[in-house]
Amino acid sequence: MQWDIVIGLEIHVQLATQTKIFSGSSTAFGAEPNTQASAVDLAMPGTLPVPNEQAFRYAVMFGLATNAEIGRRSVFERKNYFYPDLPKGYQTTQLEQPIVGPGHVDIDLADGSTKRVRIHHAHLEEDAGKSLHEDYHGMTGIDLNRAGTPLIEVVTEPDMNSAEEAVAFAKKLHSLVTSLGICDGDMSQGSMRFDVNISLKPKGSDTLGTRTETKNLNSFRFMEQAIAHEVERQMDILEDGGTITQETRLYNGDRDESRSMRSKEEANDYRYFPCPDLLPVEIDDAFIEDARARLPELPDARRARFKEQYGLNDYDAGILSADAKLAVFFEETAEYGKDAKLAANWIQGEFSARLNAEDKSVAESPITGAQLGALVVRIADNTLSSSGAKKVFEALWTGESDSVDAIIDAKGLKQVSDTGALEAMVDEVLADMPDQVAQYQGEEDPKKRKKMLGGFMGPLMKASKGQGNPKLFNEILVRKLGG
Amino acid sequence: MHNKSVAELSRELESGTISSVELTQQFLDRLKTEDGKYNSFITISEEQALAEARVADEMRAAGKANVWTGVPFAHKDIFCTNGIRTTCGSKMLENFIPPYDATVTANFKAAGAVCLGKTNMDEFAMGSSNESSFYGAVTNPWGLSNGDKRVPGGSSGGSAAAVAARLVPAATGTDTGGSIRQPAALCGITGLKPTYGRVSRYGMIAFASSLDQGGPMARTAEDAALMMNVMAGHDPKDSTCIAQPVPDYTSTLNEPLKGLRIGLPKEYFSDQLSPAMEEQVRNAIREYEKLGATVKEVSLPNAKLAIAAYYVIAPAEASANLSRFDGVRYGYRCENPKDLMDMYTRSRAEGFGNEVKRRILVGSYALSAGYFDAYYLKAQKVRRLIQQDFLNAFREVDVLMSPVSPTPAFRQGEKNTDPVSMYLEDVFTIAINLAGIPAMSVPAGFVDGLPVGLQIIGDYFSEARLLNAAHQFQQVTDWHQREPQ
Repeated sequence: MQWDIVIGLEIHVQLATQTKIFSGSSTAFGAEPNTQASAVDLAMPGTLPVPNEQAFRYAVMFGLATNAEIGRRSVFERKNYFYPDLPKGYQTTQLEQPIVGPGHVDIDLADGSTKRVRIHHAHLEEDAGKSLHEDYHGMTGIDLNRAGTPLIEVVTEPDMNSAEEAVAFAKKLHSLVTSLGICDGDMSQGSMRFDVNISLKPKGSDTLGTRTETKNLNSFRFMEQAIAHEVERQMDILEDGGTITQETRLYNGDRDESRSMRSKEEANDYRYFPCPDLLPVEIDDAFIEDARARLPELPDARRARFKEQYGLNDYDAGILSADAKLAVFFEETAEYGKDAKLAANWIQGEFSARLNAEDKSVAESPITGAQLGALVVRIADNTLSSSGAKKVFEALWTGESDSVDAIIDAKGLKQVSDTGALEAMVDEVLADMPDQVAQYQGEEDPKKRKKMLGGFMGPLMKASKGQGNPKLFNEILVRKLGG
Repeated sequence: MHNKSVAELSRELESGTISSVELTQQFLDRLKTEDGKYNSFITISEEQALAEARVADEMRAAGKANVWTGVPFAHKDIFCTNGIRTTCGSKMLENFIPPYDATVTANFKAAGAVCLGKTNMDEFAMGSSNESSFYGAVTNPWGLSNGDKRVPGGSSGGSAAAVAARLVPAATGTDTGGSIRQPAALCGITGLKPTYGRVSRYGMIAFASSLDQGGPMARTAEDAALMMNVMAGHDPKDSTCIAQPVPDYTSTLNEPLKGLRIGLPKEYFSDQLSPAMEEQVRNAIREYEKLGATVKEVSLPNAKLAIAAYYVIAPAEASANLSRFDGVRYGYRCENPKDLMDMYTRSRAEGFGNEVKRRILVGSYALSAGYFDAYYLKAQKVRRLIQQDFLNAFREVDVLMSPVSPTPAFRQGEKNTDPVSMYLEDVFTIAINLAGIPAMSVPAGFVDGLPVGLQIIGDYFSEARLLNAAHQFQQVTDWHQREPQ
């Protein structure tokens, strides 16, 4: 049987506010446990929440960037359940009247088409703390530094039909919130976490199947694996004539396994009701216009501009515009390097490979866009061969020097482009290789001739101690050998 | 000295006839010898009180004294006090010492007042007789001479009994459904529940957040006005606290009452009220007519729904507010929990009393899937209708007057096995909390030697007018001066 895959996502996005959503405590990551937890965060008796205006501003910016309706009257509710890292015994969140209403995001697929994914709504809420199960000898440690960190939970419609589409949407959302500057996008620190709702239905059927929810996926790769895993699991059950249990599942990315966390019957009755400690927040036109004025260039607009301004192709423009920090790095490189296409190639090639190899973000790059730009200049003006350029890049990266020209001088990487000197070397090499010259000249097939040309390059580079400009050598060779 | 009002004590301190340290010591000594009869205090903070008194005397010597500098008073044990145990009347918080002050606490500190300790109360402010306190019932000073142990009302019963017994000149209280006014009435003192949002709730342990409001309890309306000058005002730590200018509540106490339009809600003079009580209340209203007020009957047609709506909304909010008492971070934790669920269930089963558990269960039920619309949403609709009734009435009259409670102080043990008869104690006070408007209880006579309270109800932010009406009444009557024997 053929199946349609139906996927909806819930994405928790940590907002990059300085302080928590209902208290003045810092939201910085990585502090000693419980050093960023005030009386309010600890839910001490009598303490009260005071909403953080910046969290509302960021949520409205998100709504504007996803073509959404903004909820003019935003109401917080209490979601009641007991858990040791949930200090109040309820989570303050939104249900009936969220800050962001229906919107949509367009994603690009590998076949070049675009697809619209609808967003059902996005709501503001507070994060819980963390339970630490290791190191406490059978006890559980509670760290409330994260408790009260503002989140928006983005809930999509079930509009995605493959892991590829879901990952494309997740990446697009990541690109959006980091470009907006409302989230640092650091998935390893939990800044974005994905819950995936998956169901299968017979191909072409209008009726949705029973869905499962796989929770807390914190990388694109795990998300892709978890979807593949869950689709296969459901397909096996359905093809054996079984039925899917509506449940919440946990996926272990290291083992590619999943297990049931709780079924629908075991689900809590959260007893939502409007939080009486927080008045409904009225969002007026002035607030929305102010948020709109703060919107930076968004990825789609940036991509179009990169094509227009730098003459990049759609693929390069897409990659370089998606990540806000990478886009800034590219523009700096292109500005200093003059040759935007060459800058784009170097960023997507050597630079990205190096970041990946060392598991670094663009912000952690040891070299600047200006330095890479200076390197691009020296490649474009033929000072550097491609192998020389790689040596300069290496020296920049490891911090040997921060000047491209100084490295070129120190390592003697400057190419010889003096035509007279190169011609003399060519003459010498050709004189030493009469057989090969004869063979070349006797060959009719241009393809084979081209290949044979390479046979002269090794001795030429050797003669020039690696500093001869290969492009010029090539030109001279062709001329001397008679076409 | 113990018979003097806050205003009088302030003048004594100002004139130098006594220092704050001396005054504080006198009150502390009296408290320690007398309170055995009433059990009105949970904690006496002698050391801190004397330290505050010394600072007050220094301030006065430096010429920096104001009305409250060096005057003793007490806090209901629901207001968090930095470094002083705050129990909320519960075993759950028997060992809880807050590292912060409630805004009300901080305001009294800033004014230089001297806090003698923390007064007894119904557990988590849930009760109308002060019998649900983990720290024992409070005895009303009235009726004791007959050997009768009567309740002081609740939940601010400790504050009311302490003020009536002259253990303190004034004390703070909180009122969610009548918890300032009913004990004030039963103990023959003056109490004010301000407009919701007038006094900050920060650091005031929550019972039902949309109804809770702190307010003054004292012997005179003038003292209540002096307390309001300290308590009222916007607080950035409480987003439900309203940013309205605070008047000097003492400045309008002496306005004449001529032309004051009084409305008598006919639903509050029903057969729930004993004839003897009604007579006292009507006598008081006649005094107002003598002062130039006019009286007409008005109707609050939805008032009869108030108790039912209240006992959905208040427990619903309480069920969530009390979830934080889970044994994890502070407060009571059971011995040797075998796992997380055991820790939760035993800590809460052992830490909370029966009335608190009853309300958590009622509230959780009302919010449950499938019941939410029928209970919580319906109750919220009733709440709006009740509010509208009051707004309609205030188009015709300036204030409403009624009894505070259907009966005077009842005997300990008389109602605490019957929750519904206990809940009916608040039949005349509860609608005011649902509407969020202010109301006072003013001593207005006696029935069988027990005090009777007159309730004066006003429109939003009309505290100054209520205090003015109470003060003028106290200029021509002496019910508030009577002292229990």
